[in-house]
Amino acid sequence: MSKVIEIPDFRHTPTVDKVGVEERASRFTKRSIKKEAKMQGLKMALNMIDLTTLEGSDTPGKVKQMCYKAMHLHNSIPGLPSTAAVCVYPSLVKVAKKTLKGSDVKVAAVATAFPAGQAPSDVKIRDTKFAVEEGADEIDMVISRGKFHSGDYNFVFDEIAAVKEACGKARLKVILETGELGTYDKVRRASDIAMYAGADFIKTSTGKISPAATMPVTLVMLEAIRDFYYKNDIMIGMKPAGGIRTAKQALHYLVMVKETLGNAWLDNHWFRFGASSLANDVLMQIAKQTYGNYHSSDYISND
Amino acid sequence: MTKNKSKLDFAGDWSYAPAPESTKVKIDKRYKLFIDGKWVEPTSKKYFDTISPSTEEKLAEVAWGNEKDVDKAVKAARKAYEGVWGKMSGKERGKYIYRIARMIQERARELAVIESMDGGKPIRESRDVDIPLVANHFFYYAGWADKLDYAFPNLRPKSLGVAGQIVPWNFPLLMVAWKLAPALACGNTIVLKPAEATSLTALKLVEILQEAGLPDGVVNVVTGFGDTGAAIVNHPDVNKIAFTGSTGVGKIIQKAIAGTDKKCTLELGGKAANIVFEDAPIDQAVEGIVNGIYFNQGHVCCAGSRLFVQESVADIVIRKLKDRMESLIVGDPLDKNTDIGAINSKDQYQIVKNYIKIGKEEGAKFHENSCALPKKGYFVRPTLFTDVSQSHRIAQEEIFGPVLSVQTFRTVSEVIAKANNTEYGLSAGIWTDKGSKIFNMTTKMRAGVVWANTYNKFDPTSPFGGYKESGFGREGGLHGLDAYLDLG
Repeated sequence: MSKVIEIPDFRHTPTVDKVGVEERASRFTKRSIKKEAKMQGLKMALNMIDLTTLEGSDTPGKVKQMCYKAMHLHNSIPGLPSTAAVCVYPSLVKVAKKTLKGSDVKVAAVATAFPAGQAPSDVKIRDTKFAVEEGADEIDMVISRGKFHSGDYNFVFDEIAAVKEACGKARLKVILETGELGTYDKVRRASDIAMYAGADFIKTSTGKISPAATMPVTLVMLEAIRDFYYKNDIMIGMKPAGGIRTAKQALHYLVMVKETLGNAWLDNHWFRFGASSLANDVLMQIAKQTYGNYHSSDYISND
Repeated sequence: MTKNKSKLDFAGDWSYAPAPESTKVKIDKRYKLFIDGKWVEPTSKKYFDTISPSTEEKLAEVAWGNEKDVDKAVKAARKAYEGVWGKMSGKERGKYIYRIARMIQERARELAVIESMDGGKPIRESRDVDIPLVANHFFYYAGWADKLDYAFPNLRPKSLGVAGQIVPWNFPLLMVAWKLAPALACGNTIVLKPAEATSLTALKLVEILQEAGLPDGVVNVVTGFGDTGAAIVNHPDVNKIAFTGSTGVGKIIQKAIAGTDKKCTLELGGKAANIVFEDAPIDQAVEGIVNGIYFNQGHVCCAGSRLFVQESVADIVIRKLKDRMESLIVGDPLDKNTDIGAINSKDQYQIVKNYIKIGKEEGAKFHENSCALPKKGYFVRPTLFTDVSQSHRIAQEEIFGPVLSVQTFRTVSEVIAKANNTEYGLSAGIWTDKGSKIFNMTTKMRAGVVWANTYNKFDPTSPFGGYKESGFGREGGLHGLDAYLDLG
């Protein structure tokens, strides 16, 4: 059962007012999340993390350690969830998949000549297929920002659609690299292109470019997801990545998701944090809520 | 637009735990009148209760000043004007005003908490909007005190004398600041009457004025009701009346001072048009609509209470607006997560409720947010009426509550005609991505303030005031000095 989706003209995507969206985004940070709500939010955040390592120096050993951490975040406090996924380069998918066997933690692979995406399309497809064959549950692709800036929206659209096809059953996250897009209007346009081309998730950043995820950028993307949902009755996931390091920031993002898209999105099937150091700060806060005082960071594993 | 069953759910498992702001502030049991630098009993010995609209509990008793008290206050103000303040150099006056501004900042939390307890507005607003603006107004006008000759070159600006100032209950301390700061900077002395429902922060400000060492009699505060205000307006030795409040009372004041040489500024009601064009940034426009009408429970004279949406985007705007309304939290004003607090008083609560009834009877389509309301206190859910036309009373009369009436339009000329088709003219909002359209609209709107792609933004440097029955004179900015000076 496939339904027909009408593809809009991407030259006329909705516009965004910079001052207004930044003001709205900062309003979420005024919410005060305390006590049970805080604990619940922190656990939810942990369970939404894509624990990430994307270095040239990554080795099977490093990835195995990270995978173990994803499954056992901090065993001395019982009842903590695992992270949603680990995020690695395609060459390390196999070892990650093997280490995570039997757990709920998914393996996400960055493909399509991550992070620049400056490679021929057939190389990107090959990259994607390799990651899927190695066992990746999710593919994080990058869009061709150069083509996007030159106005070649069809190219960007077709490329995403082709990668989606190469993904097979794997879910596709499309990275817009918003730090290279320049305006909120362009973030909105790229979000629309990605969703209509078949993205299961839209994602802000590679983490290799500054600025990475910000609240206003994420809000623009959440609003795009909302419009897409109303129009097509299809839910799309959201993944802000890079720059989210503290538990407090994570809670602000969750507030933003709740008040923009509602509860259905407060689940790791629809919302993820791409982060490497966030988990430890969240754990630190959970320990504080549990024991009443702050741990030194030495009490929390550094994998 | 494709119709489908998509619906967002904003309730659900994860709700924010209560986050109450501490209410440990000092409120005296009883407040007397502040005349000539001293707290004095009212001649009548009468006091009235000031009530918290969110708990319906009594917070304190406040003196009810009468004609005799006002006369004492005016005499004290005259003495201070002639003896000290009127003769003091602008530079010295500025020092006092700067000091007051700094002390307001130091006591900001206390003032914000009392404002929310006494007036019902959410602490987020009193903390982030009201009190910071109060301090900013004093800072801004302190800067003008020694530069009046440069503000009005070759006009030799002179102070007026004694100013009678009557402020409303919607922004209790902010309206005091709007009036006190320029009056003091220009060298006038003052008899101030806070609104009877919300006198407390003005009385707390007196503590600051005393600590700042402001000379006796420069600012006198006579609390009370309409009769107290009338005594100020009618006093023969008052040189200037500044009033913010209802158009009805504004008219009475104008009649009362006709034939006298009292200078006057009136800032009265409004029924602002907030206009959303099809090329607007819709999500931000929706936010602006919410800020326009639900800010401060809609107790805002410049509230964007008439929404005009271009017909081609009306469905989308209304849907988004309804979703956004669902995420508004109504309740305890002192909870940091509250977006909409309590209606200021029982009287106002009944007025708002009555207008909602009128709207329904007039056949407009009613919608409100679905949240539960606290059992005690005066609360109204954010409300919106669609299918409204210009002839509806809810589109004509100022409700002064969280009630929005929505109309649609087709063309620019149509919306200009409709927006201006009101007895008021205080403010307007325009939402479009097209700059030229903004400039065209601003020249055509008969409104004192026109916001473009934003709403309810205030700044001490920006003049504020109305057209038509919204009053005359400007407060704020360089223009705000004019009202307190004799420019020959």
